[in-house]
Amino acid sequence: MLRRPFFWIIAVTIAVFAAAPRGTDVELRESLLLAAVYITLASNVNLMLGYAGYVNFGSVVFFGLGGYFCVYFMGTLGWSIAPALALSGVAVSAAALVFGLGILRLRGVHFALATIGVNEAVQAFVTNFEPWGGSTGIYLSPELFQPLGGPGQALWIIYYLLVAIMGVSLYLSYFIKRSKLGLGLLSIGQNEDAAVVLGVPAPRYKALAYSTSAFLPALAGGLYFFKGAFVQPADAFDLTLSTEAIVITMLGGQGTIVGPALGAYLYEELRGWLLTSETFANFQLVVSGVLLLLIVQFAPDGLMGFFYRRWPRLRRVFE
Amino acid sequence: MSALLEVGELSKRFGGLQAVGSLTFSVGEGEILGLIGPNGAGKSTVFNLINGVFAPDSGRVAFRGMDITGAAPYRVARLGLARTHQIVQPFAGMSVLDNCTVGACFGRESLPLSRAREAAREAAQLVGLEKRLDAPALELTIAGKKRLELARALAARPALLMLDEVLAGLNPTEVAHMIEILRTIRGRGVSILMIEHLMQAIMSLSDRIVVLNYGTKLSEGPPAHVANDPAVIAAYLGDPGIVQRQPQ
Repeated sequence: MLRRPFFWIIAVTIAVFAAAPRGTDVELRESLLLAAVYITLASNVNLMLGYAGYVNFGSVVFFGLGGYFCVYFMGTLGWSIAPALALSGVAVSAAALVFGLGILRLRGVHFALATIGVNEAVQAFVTNFEPWGGSTGIYLSPELFQPLGGPGQALWIIYYLLVAIMGVSLYLSYFIKRSKLGLGLLSIGQNEDAAVVLGVPAPRYKALAYSTSAFLPALAGGLYFFKGAFVQPADAFDLTLSTEAIVITMLGGQGTIVGPALGAYLYEELRGWLLTSETFANFQLVVSGVLLLLIVQFAPDGLMGFFYRRWPRLRRVFE
Repeated sequence: MSALLEVGELSKRFGGLQAVGSLTFSVGEGEILGLIGPNGAGKSTVFNLINGVFAPDSGRVAFRGMDITGAAPYRVARLGLARTHQIVQPFAGMSVLDNCTVGACFGRESLPLSRAREAAREAAQLVGLEKRLDAPALELTIAGKKRLELARALAARPALLMLDEVLAGLNPTEVAHMIEILRTIRGRGVSILMIEHLMQAIMSLSDRIVVLNYGTKLSEGPPAHVANDPAVIAAYLGDPGIVQRQPQ
């Protein structure tokens, strides 16, 4: 593990994220924070999309539910951040396992549609769920930042935690890819019928991957909405974020490990530029849509897939 | 010879078509049983019923004394029953080695990854793919993909191997090579149930043959007996001299 260049590439990435924004450079920190969230979401979407070949269009449901659980545990029940986050992750993973056992019988387009259905259903439920504030959502009191040393310091702590979650996501992608579970998922992605005949317990593996892909995005969602001190259904379950996670994964290269990270970084840069440019400010999503079309049409393997085809040796370095 | 696989009164209907009707046969320990019959006789369906791709309408399948009727294919594979497909089903984007590793990882011995790689290498070597281990499966020729099907199934170290037309589409040299491989596999104590249209091959390899027609058993017995059965000649072979003229 330590001898593989890949391990160090991730370590350096984490170190750069952690060290780059200094004291007052809040703007860079916010930009990198979003990149870290994107990388976390894309890496986890990749577990289903890149490995098992299942497109999860509703992955934002994990992020949003994580946010809701965490904000609810902290704001209403008065828990401190560590147990609130941990239990949010566990709760969302467990919910994903239940959803997964239901919808993973479906394949291809039907599965993709069902994932949107799950997100919509959860959003509809939360919108009508009074303990979670219904359609108005939950506000957190600024006092909740006090145990972390006030709002200023709390934002830095949240940033470092998100970078850590991003790092764990990347390492997890790597470990799964190199494991028996990963081999089984990849074979399911290639030809599920043949995989099952060879003994791959596809129903269990897919549910496991789906549930695993929920855990870290739930933590990221918990931190993200804690940071904003506010969560409401329209933000928490916004399908835009799901779509962006897929664009990022496809852009960087589905099934690769560095791909989602590279894609997320490029996408966040592009998005920042588009949002601040006068011409494109309102067309940011149009651009992602066109980007996705172009990738699917001309480079279904994404950037890393393109690089690996040209220089096959790179595959061993970057995975 | 105790029975490894027992198929009893197995039936399957697709709409108005009785694909398999009340079929009974067994495969003994260490035996090679040939399954032959005209196109559409239900041979591949029998395989699909045995390994759980389809659930039978009635009847039962027992493997190593366990009832596996209607069990999921991955459970059946785990018990030591491996199969190949008539139409090859490689994991096209994965390397030959990874393809075989899947077989070894999830087959009878359910090996951990590192030992599965060893078993996969052995299986690839046995079928003569040892020089293509890192090649993506999609780059193999048809003969190569057929061998990969076999290697993947073998890597699982099965007790029973079900082969669905592994010789179809191969040229005579490749057929001769494949027959050598099958004899080697048999020499290692693996029982084989094989579907084949190539009469010379199946007649020389099989200990016994079951002939299917319209999903029911037309005849059963040693190759010479089956080849001379008037019912088989009328329905399938069409020429009683076929065995005598093609000794192996």
